[in-house]
Amino acid sequence: MARLNSPEELERFRKEILSQKDPNSPCVSICAGAGCMASGAGEVIAAFKAEIESRGLQADVTTKETGCPGFCERGPVVVIYPEEICYLQVTPEDVSEIVSETLKGKKVVERLVYVDPTTDEKATVESDIPFYKHQQRNILDSNIKIDPRSIDDYLSIGGYSALAKVLSQMTPDDVVAEVKKANLRGRGGGGFPAGRKWEGSRNAPEKTKYVIVNADEGDPGAFMDRALLEGNPHSILEGLTIGAYAIGSSEGYIYVRQEYPLAVKNVLLAIQAAEEYGFLGENILGSGFHFTVKVHQGAGAFVCGESTALMTALEGRAGEPRPKYIRSNVKGLWDKPSVLNNVETWANVPLIINRGADWFTQYGTEGSKGTKIFSLVGKINNTGLVEVPMGITLRDIIYKIGGGIPGGKRFKAVQTGGPSGGCLPEEHLDMGVDFDELSKAGSMMGSGGMIIMDEDTCMVDVARYFLEFLTDESCGKCVPCREGMRQMLRILTNITEGKGTEGDIELLEELSEVAKDAALCALGKSAPNPFLSTLKYFRDEYEAHINERRCPALSCKELITFHIDPEKCQACMICARKCPSEAIIGGKNTIHVIDQEKCTKCGTCFEACPSKFGAVRKISGEPVPDPIPEEQRTIKRKPKKK
Amino acid sequence: MSEINLQIDGKDVEATEGMTVLEAAQSVGIEIPTLCHHEKLEPYGACRICTVEVESGGWTKLVASCLYPVEKDLIVRTRSEKVDRIRKMILELLLAHAPDAWELERLAKVYGADKDRFEKEASFCIHCGLCVRYCAEVKGEHAVGFVDRGTRREICFIPEVAAKVCRDCKECFPLCPTSALQAAFVLAEAMMGPRPETGSVK
Repeated sequence: MARLNSPEELERFRKEILSQKDPNSPCVSICAGAGCMASGAGEVIAAFKAEIESRGLQADVTTKETGCPGFCERGPVVVIYPEEICYLQVTPEDVSEIVSETLKGKKVVERLVYVDPTTDEKATVESDIPFYKHQQRNILDSNIKIDPRSIDDYLSIGGYSALAKVLSQMTPDDVVAEVKKANLRGRGGGGFPAGRKWEGSRNAPEKTKYVIVNADEGDPGAFMDRALLEGNPHSILEGLTIGAYAIGSSEGYIYVRQEYPLAVKNVLLAIQAAEEYGFLGENILGSGFHFTVKVHQGAGAFVCGESTALMTALEGRAGEPRPKYIRSNVKGLWDKPSVLNNVETWANVPLIINRGADWFTQYGTEGSKGTKIFSLVGKINNTGLVEVPMGITLRDIIYKIGGGIPGGKRFKAVQTGGPSGGCLPEEHLDMGVDFDELSKAGSMMGSGGMIIMDEDTCMVDVARYFLEFLTDESCGKCVPCREGMRQMLRILTNITEGKGTEGDIELLEELSEVAKDAALCALGKSAPNPFLSTLKYFRDEYEAHINERRCPALSCKELITFHIDPEKCQACMICARKCPSEAIIGGKNTIHVIDQEKCTKCGTCFEACPSKFGAVRKISGEPVPDPIPEEQRTIKRKPKKK
Repeated sequence: MSEINLQIDGKDVEATEGMTVLEAAQSVGIEIPTLCHHEKLEPYGACRICTVEVESGGWTKLVASCLYPVEKDLIVRTRSEKVDRIRKMILELLLAHAPDAWELERLAKVYGADKDRFEKEASFCIHCGLCVRYCAEVKGEHAVGFVDRGTRREICFIPEVAAKVCRDCKECFPLCPTSALQAAFVLAEAMMGPRPETGSVK
């Protein structure tokens, strides 16, 4: 492929690509994102290729391995164009039927389409599925339409037109002004206005400047950035190149975690293709602007998502944060002005340039414009990636898009903002989600993790879990974080083990305050948040653990006992057979009793007891009833009617 | 270098651009406690005991004085209820590691820190990094470094390097505020094997 040397050449080439594509010819798009691949998309893709070849349909039907559309819960996801029929949880065994029925017969395979679990209504087309219907997919929309490894696919949906526009029609100041006007705030956590960050770097006197993509996504349960890098790497490159032009940088870095092999692979392929086409390198599109991008693979430290630690790691040193008394957009990587934005922030840039700040600001709230991608995980029916306008309520995300809580359980809390965020209870469900509202409520936007918790979740244990994560992931440099978190984790562990004492809450609060006030970086300063927000909304749970040795969610192992209700036990032996420690005494027609000495509280009996009996229960904070006397344990069953 | 006027604990102080608040305070004899600071080394900002309150443009914030650059008209308070509370907690957290470290004991008296507030830890090291940084920055050797991260972080001599350079140097030993450094060295020495009869180790 020859380089494209001007915006005109790009447009001519784009027309050529589009002329070769018949929008009405059948195309099978199969999600090849990490989630669907883990559910077997690789075999489905192979099966489609084999089936299409064996029937001699290669000339008429194209297959496409695409990025992640977000509905990971029901993967592998297959979409058949031009009808946009969406099939879920497709297996290789379904492939032959899809080819005969849908591709040849133009009929829908009913058993593979979405069925609403509450209304039993079917949805054939992607946009009719409630999970998608209530979203505003400005960014994620492209993922299912393109093969991320094909730059021509990206061009066919208008790719690199924003870059061409910037280079041929806009000055760097125009670009900064447009991004400022859009009020694009950083999607990585802090929510700092990107335009102001860019402006600071642009105005800095140093000649050498850097632009950096932060793709060190490390929050437990978050995978927005992975899906974008895997699914649409060129959009990130295009955004980054526009940013480089705006601030006057000729060198960019993508810091991506090594644990994302597919993202690394796709982004490297994208860079190679962009260099061949002339979207990167010398004299881009004949504008005289030079820009190159390097990929740096992170060694798997959560703290490297913190901007100064990331820059230290890029410099080849251990990824430890450094104090930011001079902002990194003025003095960053190798002490040069450096604009670091998160993947999703960069992905928004081409859209803002192409469609304008006014288009962008029509979505969102006063202080938070545009859309935000969340990864919806935990106790939720529809696990996956959702893109919604800022300001949507938590309730809409959880119930309309997420489909509510599985198993008829009650919602308890939603954790946003990753380990440094907080847990919000039911009374906040009608809150509009944006940067400021979440902070006001004691949580934060973070990069977009959203973990749903139901009534079985112990909030003290949640705080302990996140503190454990943070003590592990802290760099260990400053005392308030390293030592403070060590003590906080110890106290929280004691509380969940029934060893809490009076004064623990106050000591935790004191340690939190010192970390917030005196820790070196944002990770340390926000590390107490999981504790503080759970204390704010679930103080009674802390008190129950400490004062009554009771876990209200019946989750902390050390504080619960399992008991078989003699009134309900039908002596069916199911639990007794499954108990791994042979702790259940009883036999056929003899009511079962748990030997508390032998019981390891694994919960197998609780799971095994048929729900129609529901005889095994958890007890916390009260004594276990004495076992009924042996002579009363025999069940006299009525003879079965003949 | 231009002159910068600021106020520390109510005292007008003249400093030069590029100085830190700590240096400006020291220049007029105001003491700010430090544990990880050393004049021959780059400011590190890890122990946070030098935290002070600064007021600039109507905003009050808590900063590490060993790193914070002086600004025109900055108002610095080296002691306040909040600053003292932070220092007391930091000392208590460190005393769990090194209850007998002289400097910690001295400061504990000043800030009313209770050395038994937290359960004692196995390692004496308070991670001030003086040995690590001195070896790297002054000696250019990297014979001692940090390994691992978070609460598992510890100092460690690299036997291959230590065997060649440490026996004749040991300049880091007097820098250590605790006994952790010696302990780490003894461990490294044990790994180096028996000391040869003559000359240096290969």
